Amino acid sequence: MNIPWDWEFAIDIIPDLLDGLVVTVQATLVGISIAMVLGLVFAMARRSQSMLVSRPVGFIVEFVRSTPLLIQLYFLYFVLPNFGIRFDAFLTGAIGLGVHYAAYTSEVYRAGIEGVPRGQWEASTALNLGRADTWTRVVLPQAIPNVIPALGNYVIAMFKDAPLLSAITVVELLQEGNIICSRTYRCLEPYTLVGVMFLAVSIPASIMVRRLERRLARA
Amino acid sequence: MREHDIAAAISTPQPSVDGPMVRLRGVKKAFGDLIVLNELDFDVAPGEKLVIIGPSGSGKSTILRLLMTLEWPTAGTVEVGGEYLFHAERNGELAPAPLSHIRRVRRKIGMVFQHFDLFPHMTALRNVTLAPEKVLGLSKREATERGNRLLEMVGLGDKVDEYPARLSGGQKQRVAIARALAMEPQVMLFDEVTSALDPELIGEVLEVLRQLASNTEMTMLIVTHEMGFAREIGDRVVMFDGGRVVEEAKPDDMFTNPKEPRTQDFLRAVLERT
Repeated sequence: MNIPWDWEFAIDIIPDLLDGLVVTVQATLVGISIAMVLGLVFAMARRSQSMLVSRPVGFIVEFVRSTPLLIQLYFLYFVLPNFGIRFDAFLTGAIGLGVHYAAYTSEVYRAGIEGVPRGQWEASTALNLGRADTWTRVVLPQAIPNVIPALGNYVIAMFKDAPLLSAITVVELLQEGNIICSRTYRCLEPYTLVGVMFLAVSIPASIMVRRLERRLARA
Repeated sequence: MREHDIAAAISTPQPSVDGPMVRLRGVKKAFGDLIVLNELDFDVAPGEKLVIIGPSGSGKSTILRLLMTLEWPTAGTVEVGGEYLFHAERNGELAPAPLSHIRRVRRKIGMVFQHFDLFPHMTALRNVTLAPEKVLGLSKREATERGNRLLEMVGLGDKVDEYPARLSGGQKQRVAIARALAMEPQVMLFDEVTSALDPELIGEVLEVLRQLASNTEMTMLIVTHEMGFAREIGDRVVMFDGGRVVEEAKPDDMFTNPKEPRTQDFLRAVLERT
């Protein structure tokens, strides 16, 4: 079988695709920052003694987890501007990705926090530590190391979900491929390279997460 | 461990308190339908070493946990050093106290737990210095100095930089005692502090408690199954069962001549076991 692969064309389109890859990585990095911080805030808020805090946050988390990211992105990008809230496509996408995954990371953090024995909270009370010190000095330093591998897996999942941003006009890696494909009517090379570039980032990232997991398991 | 070390190491100011150091009035604690403490009236004098005995489920640990505010009473009042713990007086009426009030009164109380509950990610020294720094506002240097002194006092001067995982049970519990003492409480609560220890490690912990009891003015509430120890250091022993005080007496009377059949049965069972 003669595979119609054109090396010259493939090499030609690599710079454009790399531009797209950079955008994808940037969106993922912004998304990660949001997901890691907001997820922790969600997890802590859900444990709040005040139901006025824990209930609404619980609802938000369940809502976000139960609806597709794509719809959330459409909503953020096409509906919110009707209410005067408007960001550019990249920022909208990165925030959407971050908030969506925050719902997942919050569950990871929650498992980590619940893994800290009750005696640690009680000892903190007995020493009269304040709420902030109990969280930052006692609970989180024990909760977070245990869940870093699980968080790492969500980082990779987020990277792989970044192409959804193409649906709201962000020119990330997949969208670069789409553009080349529709401009040249050659789709084999661009989509193959898009896939290869995702692999080239995901596989080393997975290996790093697994190494981290082993190192933490030893510690 | 020399005796004068203890008195020197613990500079806990013991303000004179009129009346009891700890006063419970009509305290009731229920978990759903289960009543753990029932209409309890109960005083502990300043400086008194009170030993609490009783079968498991009798509510004896719940008293300590209430005083430490780990549990909240279903009804009744708790006073520590003449101040309400869970309540504040407002317009002559008792109302639930805000957390700030509870935190302030709670500073008078320290607790040592059955399972130590040391912070596993901190060295022995850091376990002891954390709260004095964060809660009492001591400088790093002052807290470290105090921590070293207290760990020295409990015989762990050479273990200050060890993490709890590398300490024996007895050593962990001695760190936990030092950690509680570092907050300079006026009332110390000991909740079955030797129950989780291997038999050969119990002695070293009891020895520290013995020194504390005989050399400090701290008020101590001690829940224990170590009857010989209870008899030796207690000023008074109370026997708990079913959420009530069944009997209270001087240790010698309690252990040689218990009046209540329930106490007699309990002591017989405990003494036969050991």
